Amino acid sequence: MPALLERQKYLIDYTLAALLRHKTRNLGLLLVYALLVFLFSSVLLLSQSLRREAATLLQDTPEVMVQRLVAGRHDLLPAAWLEPLRRIRGVSAVQGRLWGYYYDPAVKANYTLMVAPDRDLAANDILIGAALARIRQLSIGDILSLPTTTGKPLPLKVAGILDAASELLSADLMLLSETGYRTLFNPPPDTYTDAVLTVRNRREARTVAEKIALALPGSRPILRTEILRTYDAVFNWREGIVFITLGAVLLAFMILAWDKAAGLSAEEKREIGILKAIGWETGDILRMKLWEGALLSLTAFLAGYALAYWQVFYGGTRLFAPVLKGWAMLYPDFRLTPAVDLLHVLALLAVTVLPYIVATLIPIWRAATADPDAVMRG
Amino acid sequence: MIELTEVSKVFNQGRPNECRALRGISLRLECGGITVFKGPSGSGKTTLLTLVGCLARPTAGRITLDGQLLSNLPERFLTEVRRHTFGFVFQQFNLIRGLTVLENVMLPAYPLGRPHHQLRAAAQTLLDRFGIGGKAGSRIEWLSGGEAQRTALARALINDPAMVIADEPTANLDSALSREVLALLGELALQGRTVLISSHDPLVFAADHVKRLIELRDGQMVGDGSC
Repeated sequence: MPALLERQKYLIDYTLAALLRHKTRNLGLLLVYALLVFLFSSVLLLSQSLRREAATLLQDTPEVMVQRLVAGRHDLLPAAWLEPLRRIRGVSAVQGRLWGYYYDPAVKANYTLMVAPDRDLAANDILIGAALARIRQLSIGDILSLPTTTGKPLPLKVAGILDAASELLSADLMLLSETGYRTLFNPPPDTYTDAVLTVRNRREARTVAEKIALALPGSRPILRTEILRTYDAVFNWREGIVFITLGAVLLAFMILAWDKAAGLSAEEKREIGILKAIGWETGDILRMKLWEGALLSLTAFLAGYALAYWQVFYGGTRLFAPVLKGWAMLYPDFRLTPAVDLLHVLALLAVTVLPYIVATLIPIWRAATADPDAVMRG
Repeated sequence: MIELTEVSKVFNQGRPNECRALRGISLRLECGGITVFKGPSGSGKTTLLTLVGCLARPTAGRITLDGQLLSNLPERFLTEVRRHTFGFVFQQFNLIRGLTVLENVMLPAYPLGRPHHQLRAAAQTLLDRFGIGGKAGSRIEWLSGGEAQRTALARALINDPAMVIADEPTANLDSALSREVLALLGELALQGRTVLISSHDPLVFAADHVKRLIELRDGQMVGDGSC
């Protein structure tokens, strides 16, 4: 056993010396390799954290949301529906919600407007998301005028900026009073955009939803878990788009790795011949090259992953954030909670480290199995 | 004892550039002393040494070492025999650039997993014995031809082989250095090792301790004499 360990130590020593002997080539390869891992890890870490962030934020939202459908499309919900909803067994609270969208041509961005009854806002007061405040350069006390359905401008006073911690969901959000909302959009009286329900036992949410569908034909109950699934799907889709783009980068790297790692130089072939001639087995040479590939690729992997981790969680996630966060012009600006998914790390290891090691070994194996007599001929 | 029976070696067999390097060589090499294979370039000296040293296999014929058939051994066992029985000194030295003299000498012993301090001490002892102990930490690129040859000789001996195979050991050296190297090889023969040399240098033929001269031409043995 000690001889076996000593042998591996010698092989590693020799491998390190070999890597240093070709430092320009190996450093170039290491940089490209680390960059590739950095790009892939950034996407993985960012999208995974966004999903986790969304899930955390949605955790405290009501379990069931009810919409009214007319001809398969979302329509305003009559206030008369609230009472039958309250009477459904298992429901502890029902609240009608008013919300909508406003397209601001000045900044070519959509805002989400929502009535917040619990905030006790004055008729013309609004609370706005941090991204909206940034893009319109608004601060507390400023006035934002929006045109009503009659064309008259409605001056709204910024009473506060929403907490940056929830910016993933509130980037484009504008909270206002019911009076302000009804003045702005003029919906029919006694109607709401939709309703949210609190359920006593969360595990019964699906049963409650089934009861709602039966009690109120034309209603569409939506569970919080379904919203979470939609977020997941959206981030998966965005992640997929980025990965397809990065696929080209991966391919380019594979070609480079094959060329650098697989294409043995005359000097390397000579070296293999010398080692075999002086008593190294084919297996020793393969093990040495295996160490070489592993050291190079693992160093690149760790460097790339660490850099991506820093970039995503501490460096402001500038890379890929526009694609993965979405929100057209209003990009949320918030700090993600650091987290590492072991399965993702292993998957990334499998797609970056393994192909490189395989690409290295095949030609070495071909060279190492040849008779070493060529070395005698200089 | 090494015995060759009707050994032939053909390179690029079946191709337009086919080359018959050795033709039906039968030979018995006793242990100890120096045996020199002489002959002009292309006579098959180096090829014969590669076959004896298990660096390649014959196309036809049998090679045995102390009765053990070598010519059909699997690669792994052949390496084992090569590692423990033969030490090689190549014409171009074939030292690994970028490594130090000491590292080059230690290299053949790496796969054996000897404790590092022991191996290092053995390598240093060999270098001291050949008068280049002070160069242990120097890189190979900085050595003179004579120093490189001594390093190659030390490397050949690190696994304490019974036989040393030297291919044209004086080809890249001046007369004074050639004599020094031949003296060192003579010392090895005196210690009881078998030294096989290929050369066309008259200095080698006339060296002390050379007990046998085998002449090759066009891949065939044309002379075999004792000194």
